[in-house]
Amino acid sequence: MENVLLQAFNGLINGAFYALLSLGLAVIFGMLRVLNFMHGALYMLGAFGAYLLTAELGLSFWWALVVSPLAVAAVGFLLERVFLRWLYDLDPLYNLLLTFGLALAIQDGMRLRFGMQGVPYSAPPQLQGALQIGVMFFPTYRLFVLAFSVLVCLGTWWVIERTRVGMVIRAATEKPMLTRALGIDVDRWIPPVFAFGVALAGLAGVLAAPMRNVSPLMGADLIITTFAIVVIGGMGSILGSVVTGFIVGVAAALGAVYYPPIANTLVFILMALVLLLRPQGLFGSAEAG
Amino acid sequence: MRSRAAGWGLLLAVGLALPWLIYPVLAVDILAWGLFAAAFDILLGCTGLLSFGHAAFFGTGAYAAAVVALRLGVAFPWDAVAGAVAAALLALPLMALSIRRTGISFAMITLAFAQMVFYVANAWRSLTGGENGITGVPRGEVLGWSLSPAVAYYYAAFPLVALGLLLCWRIVRSPFGRVLLAIRENEVRTQSLGYPVSRYKLIATVLSCALSGLAGGVWVLNHGFVALDAVHWTTSGTVVVMVLLGGMATRLGPLVGAALVMLLRDFLSRWTDAWGIATGTIFIAVILVFRQGIVGTLEGLVAGRGGPAAAPAAPPVEEAASGLR
Repeated sequence: MENVLLQAFNGLINGAFYALLSLGLAVIFGMLRVLNFMHGALYMLGAFGAYLLTAELGLSFWWALVVSPLAVAAVGFLLERVFLRWLYDLDPLYNLLLTFGLALAIQDGMRLRFGMQGVPYSAPPQLQGALQIGVMFFPTYRLFVLAFSVLVCLGTWWVIERTRVGMVIRAATEKPMLTRALGIDVDRWIPPVFAFGVALAGLAGVLAAPMRNVSPLMGADLIITTFAIVVIGGMGSILGSVVTGFIVGVAAALGAVYYPPIANTLVFILMALVLLLRPQGLFGSAEAG
Repeated sequence: MRSRAAGWGLLLAVGLALPWLIYPVLAVDILAWGLFAAAFDILLGCTGLLSFGHAAFFGTGAYAAAVVALRLGVAFPWDAVAGAVAAALLALPLMALSIRRTGISFAMITLAFAQMVFYVANAWRSLTGGENGITGVPRGEVLGWSLSPAVAYYYAAFPLVALGLLLCWRIVRSPFGRVLLAIRENEVRTQSLGYPVSRYKLIATVLSCALSGLAGGVWVLNHGFVALDAVHWTTSGTVVVMVLLGGMATRLGPLVGAALVMLLRDFLSRWTDAWGIATGTIFIAVILVFRQGIVGTLEGLVAGRGGPAAAPAAPPVEEAASGLR
């Protein structure tokens, strides 16, 4: 029983990463109609950003937690302005392929600079050790990751549902033409929204740095699992992406208790089931792609 | 009509001379990847479906051919054909699910299924050798003629690949292929004209996957070795860039793209292993400024429309099936 609980906890942690990543993807897809294949590479850049800030500049984890996502946002902003924006009028598949090419180049560039092995990064001293909750001990850092990512997801949800900026984003997501016709300059919001979405990926990268090996390909396979989660949740559904992220994280961890090899593949089996029974996704509306 | 025959003759001559012009193993790689790219283009160029998971079928073909050749002693070409059959059997359920969605969702779903195949290949060590892969796959012999020399294997693989390519081109130009083009142009209208769109899509995808598996079989016997990178998504990306570079929905585009990418990879490998940067850069350049690809642009020039103008999502139907002129 304790083992199952611990696995469920670890699943929630994985789910937190899925949720942060798929939330960023959903925000970007909603606003730009771009499926951002670079998301995994930018997650990796976030982790390396944390490493560089700490190892080269001697800054603490807490500074990295703020600075690295901002740096990733700046990178994303530049890439959007230089590359992505030329293709918005074409089939969205072109931007998927463009970001795929960018992801390949970014990952290979980092591999040339840092090698395949990756670099070590440790949790800040305040978050090392374990906390006792009930009869169980949980690693402090992981509890922090869970709490922090839930806060970020809630914060994003609040911005999108309750603020004026969020209203523009929702309007532009649902009816871009009508929003333009009402005098709102949708194009002006595209770069900041893209930067915000990739900042979430960078943030997930910083959070992952002390837990997972910081290496050039750390986001390469993760992004595909995240794609499957987006399909399960329903394309462009912000609530769906977050909830499905956590569900899939826990389900895969619990499945692995009974049959370890399923940890990696369960998400794809779930995706197949969703396609069979509810092709538009758990939270998707019927008209989306 | 005469220029048409001359075109075919030239193509055949290049095909027959290739192992004397370049390293024969590289020549077979161009054949195998050319077939893979042509099979892939049945979906991308002809049907308008971007599959981002074709490595699963190429890789499955490679693994299946390796296993039957090594464990069951099946001879060429039947080991490569077994690769095609295995890929088709895998494609049937996966594609039946994937074609329930279109556009960007279809790309994501095929990518995700291919990743599942990757994880299964990684975990199923008794069959695939896991991370070590399968080594020492024999080429065997055909009619008492040993295929061990790379040139011999090239000439054995050539007719098989040529058949596969002819099949690809035939599919595109057949009445069946015309319906696929109609689906690409307007799926709803095709449906309302009474064509069972889903069935057409399923047949097209399974055929494409089977031919990709055949390409995988030819490829694995060339190297005698298959590992997980054959089913990895980077392989799916490579075939996409080949077709885009050569020109989708053109007859020779996939072949030209495959040959260029393989030659470039060989050329670059002398100085650097930064293949990801090279592939990524080609992707970015082609998508941003050269969306019709090499053959597409040339056909445009020949037809007098000229210039790398802003490409439509896909060329018009006439152009797609015109090929050699």
